[in-house]
Amino acid sequence: MTEGARAVLDAAKVPDARRATREFVAQASRDAAFQLEACVHCGQCADACHFHRVSGDPRHTPIYKLRPMLKAYRRETAPFSSLKKRLGLAPPELTSEELHEWSELLYDSCNLCGRCTLVCPMGIDIASLVRRAREGMTAGGFAPTDLYKAAERALETGSPIGLRWPALKRQIELQEQETGLKVPIDVEGAEYLVVLTSIEIMGFPEAIGALARIFRQAGASWTLPSAGFEATNVGVQMGSREVAAALLQRIVDAAERLKVKTVISPECGHAYSALRWEGPNLLGRRYGFEVVQIVELLDRFVREGRLRLRGKDARRLTFHDPCQLVRRGGITEAPRRLMDGVSANQVEMPGAGAANFCCGGGGGVSAIHRAEGLRFAAFEIKKQQIDATGAEALVTACGNCRNVLEEAIEHYGMTLPVLGLTELVAQYLDDERR
Amino acid sequence: MSAVELLQLARGPALWASLAVLAAGSLWRIAGILRLGERPDLSEPRSTRLFAGAMRGIFVRMVPRKGFRDRVGPSLWYGYAYHVGLAVIVFGYAPHIQFVARLTGLAWPALPEAVVFPIVGVTFAALFLALLERLTDPVRRLLSGFDDYFSWFVVLLPLATGMIAIHQSYAPGAPPAPPLYPLPLAIHLLSVELLFLWLPFGKLSHAFLVFASRGITGAALARKGAAL
Repeated sequence: MTEGARAVLDAAKVPDARRATREFVAQASRDAAFQLEACVHCGQCADACHFHRVSGDPRHTPIYKLRPMLKAYRRETAPFSSLKKRLGLAPPELTSEELHEWSELLYDSCNLCGRCTLVCPMGIDIASLVRRAREGMTAGGFAPTDLYKAAERALETGSPIGLRWPALKRQIELQEQETGLKVPIDVEGAEYLVVLTSIEIMGFPEAIGALARIFRQAGASWTLPSAGFEATNVGVQMGSREVAAALLQRIVDAAERLKVKTVISPECGHAYSALRWEGPNLLGRRYGFEVVQIVELLDRFVREGRLRLRGKDARRLTFHDPCQLVRRGGITEAPRRLMDGVSANQVEMPGAGAANFCCGGGGGVSAIHRAEGLRFAAFEIKKQQIDATGAEALVTACGNCRNVLEEAIEHYGMTLPVLGLTELVAQYLDDERR
Repeated sequence: MSAVELLQLARGPALWASLAVLAAGSLWRIAGILRLGERPDLSEPRSTRLFAGAMRGIFVRMVPRKGFRDRVGPSLWYGYAYHVGLAVIVFGYAPHIQFVARLTGLAWPALPEAVVFPIVGVTFAALFLALLERLTDPVRRLLSGFDDYFSWFVVLLPLATGMIAIHQSYAPGAPPAPPLYPLPLAIHLLSVELLFLWLPFGKLSHAFLVFASRGITGAALARKGAAL
């Protein structure tokens, strides 16, 4: 564990508003400051947020959640802040009580889903600012305890749920028996390095077998690493660049050790954001390999004719867009092309694509126990979208979304199965034409 | 001080002083943000057309996005009404064009009063509806503070004082002949100067910050190939 990451975990033991303030100020870079300053308090982001929509609590207005960071910025570093301090017009110093209160606003009631960003008439990237504000909260010791614990487990064991290589190895062996295919481990020089999430490994291990079948038909060399296999990045979710970088380094080490050309980000929205967009900035250097999301890869294989599909699912299927893939990641069309290939009866939700609602569990919310009630309440909005389609099954491309959707579906007494897109594609592979 | 002397002050030193504060304050604010710096983004971009993304970001956010439009509410229309209304009044009303022409030599055709005056009414009403919503809607009330209300006030004031000054200013023969009733015009000018003085420091600075904010997000989302 790096010293920086250790310091982050220690911060939770002694919360300190001044430490949080320093980090809020450090996070207020040029681009963030232009955006913090630009808000005209129109309140349009409130209605874009599913948490505000279900709670009606004005404190759940996305831009309001940034108030501690804004106050710290205005007091310490904004233009005219020195003058305002002298005149007694600067905001007061942040207090621990205030930051404890804001922990619920910045974590429990925000999935970093980015709907607020898309609706803001001033073009403020509110989701990105919340991500930055979480850095301050975590550094100060005000992030939810569950996330500190998950970070500690991830740093110590490699996985936020404490999953180690023997457990993955066992799941791989079961999938090898199931499919009759060998899953390559630590193969140096493979074209693709596949990393997984703990949720997939324990909850949806069929994804491993599906990948084996897909790579076999595509004729592509691939491998899983025995070290650095975990793609989940709790550091990005809680807002700690030290934790995020330490976790990410393991994947980069595996990719460099095995000399792969491409790292495949699995079915996980935040893993994709962490690996594809934040990673090089967290590590302070560009990668020597490409990062491709599994859905993009499957789409590429199908379009290149390397994957051939046969038959289609006749059920009425609808695709749930993981926020970090579509709104925050730009992957909108690829899953739809794949769905067209495997579904005879695909129907879109209202607002599908960029305006789709989050499952309610993104941004680390699914790992915060105290947020469970609010998360289930927020699902009401997602439920309305799903109900409008009359779908018989839901498909998604994120293990966390899948897990959260399944829990919420059970909570609401619905009977809809939730499928992973990779497994669905594997199910309709034309194995005879290999 | 007589009304004529007040007008001379408003037309001369006060005007230039307020314009100087407007320019210097705006530049200071922008420079103060720029000095914070930004690290380069090292991730591999999906698109390198960042300038185009920034430009698109600036323009597409003028209209709410499909999927969000139906729930934006009436405040959207108040917003359009007073922004467009103020632009029409400032740039379309003949005495304003003459005022700019006297200062800079630049002039353009004016809109007829039959067009401008109803727009003044609409703008006035829209500003009051916007204030009413800010005071009554729980979200806007929670977000709002002194800056929001004072900014509203300094926008309304020139509109109100301008309405009082309408048709009172000049004898036949027009400027630069002295106005018949200098006091309303002096107050109107001073109210505009108050707006100039406040603009760089409060929420009215969104007049220039909007381009930076929208442009930054437009470029960032374009970089990822995401919807703007």
